[in-house]
Amino acid sequence: MKGSRLRAALTPYLLILPGGLWLAIFFVVPMIVMLSLSLQSGNIVDGFAFTWNWRNYLDGIANHHDQMIRSIGYGLAATVITIVVGFPVAYWIAFRGGRRKNMYLLLLLMPFLVSFVLRTISWQFFLADDGVLLGPLKRIGLLPEDFHILATGTAVVLGLAYNFLPFMVLPIYVALERIDPRILEAAADLYANRVQTFLRVVLPLSLPGVFAGVLMTFVPACSDYVNASILGGATNTMIGNVIQNQYLVTQDYPVAAALSFTLMAVLLIGIFAYARALGSEEVLEVTAR
Amino acid sequence: MNTLERAAAGPRKNATRRRRPGRRGAFFRGRLLHIWTWLVIAWLFLPIAVMILFGFNDTRGRYNQTWQGFTLRWYGELFAIDDLTVALVNSLLIALLTMLIAGVLGTLIGLALGRYRFRGSGLMKLVMFAAISCAEIIMGASLLSMFVTLAVPLGFWTIVISHVMFSVSFVAVTVRARVMVVDRSIEEAARDLGASSWETFRLVTFPMIFPGVLAGSLLAFALSIDDFVITNFVSGGTVTFPLWIYGATRVGIPPQVNVMGTLIFAVGVLIAVLNAFGGRRGGT
Repeated sequence: MKGSRLRAALTPYLLILPGGLWLAIFFVVPMIVMLSLSLQSGNIVDGFAFTWNWRNYLDGIANHHDQMIRSIGYGLAATVITIVVGFPVAYWIAFRGGRRKNMYLLLLLMPFLVSFVLRTISWQFFLADDGVLLGPLKRIGLLPEDFHILATGTAVVLGLAYNFLPFMVLPIYVALERIDPRILEAAADLYANRVQTFLRVVLPLSLPGVFAGVLMTFVPACSDYVNASILGGATNTMIGNVIQNQYLVTQDYPVAAALSFTLMAVLLIGIFAYARALGSEEVLEVTAR
Repeated sequence: MNTLERAAAGPRKNATRRRRPGRRGAFFRGRLLHIWTWLVIAWLFLPIAVMILFGFNDTRGRYNQTWQGFTLRWYGELFAIDDLTVALVNSLLIALLTMLIAGVLGTLIGLALGRYRFRGSGLMKLVMFAAISCAEIIMGASLLSMFVTLAVPLGFWTIVISHVMFSVSFVAVTVRARVMVVDRSIEEAARDLGASSWETFRLVTFPMIFPGVLAGSLLAFALSIDDFVITNFVSGGTVTFPLWIYGATRVGIPPQVNVMGTLIFAVGVLIAVLNAFGGRRGGT
């Protein structure tokens, strides 16, 4: 009896052990290694040594604050667009989708069966100066000959909003779907009109979904570099492009690690500020659902 | 509105009078939102349509950005570019391995979190939450930092390791959700009927949580085959499908890429549709 009780107490630990170790070794440890690397000095040829080299951070920020600020700007813009575009969609499917709710959700997710990179490249085809969209418009004279959208910040923001839209729609949908229709009837019975019902009942109840959606769009959008490199051209690079380049081309690992941590810190500060402003205490609950 | 509430809402006439003005507004607004939803869906499908279209483009040279005529040639020459085929096979192998390993590890975690209350479960959830919400570039950069520091040779296996790392939490969350809705009294009944704990798991628990395990594993497959950012950091000389496409953007995307994308999309749609019908029959 005692043995079986011990076994029952150990079971959960045995169950999480392999996966937990995997996450510890390949998620937690690398973060610590990167933190250490960000304080080292040296180069790829002679090797690196730990020297509490804070200059990596100072140099990284001094040389790349433009890209950092641009990343946050693009990330914010893309997040706002996904809310404006996605909220009505989530609202309509949740309240009026009826029996076809799942079909609509499937339609929203289906394009994501195609590789992220390939979809972004398709936008490149579509938006190219003489491509499928701009070519004909220019030929019939609706657009000036020198109009272009590729290699502009607009193209990058559009690409980001496109790629991360479902991460906004789905959490909002889940939050709206959970609203008990009787609450809406209660609001109507208390003489609230549709606008009042929306503003004072539906919107507050959907906020946890919006919250989760912002977390799931803002973080990947700010740290993305694929959209910027495929749609943005040389002048619209984001901090992700810098980090990628420093790691894989220049191989200046300490500065690259410092930049990665700076980006992470900025994102974390943003998330906490946002959480406080919203007064939400269920950050973990909502997103880890 | 159920009968009880209708009764509570007072005389029927009153209720309809109150609802009517709102109704017409709702009809109009509902219609607008309906159109909006379809416009957004069209927007989402636009690059897919472009991709499918350019798989039929009769290109001359490597330039594939303008329409030059219809051809089926690229479907015939689908595997004509050797390293593209290798990249696709790499992606499929890595995704399969990821699906299997992350499927098993994630299922175990999901079971533990969904079924047991134990000290340390909060920490486990926190790490998983961090792994799910962490920016991919940070994960890729930190993995590369570690592999470089330890002089681990980069390639196929570092990609598999990394893919399992980022998808295991998604499997765990999916399985946990399923475990939590499973009725435990059925397991107790199995025990009462003399089943050992292993038999109970194999014959009762696992079949009941299987939809969650399958959904989680398929998610791991999808995440793995589509990943670019983390793979780009830890791939070394190994090339996967997304890496090959990205590398080809500088010199021009060959039409075969669009054909492969189209075929993958078609298979995905088929699975999704079958799954939708299967799910309906299963009554979930």
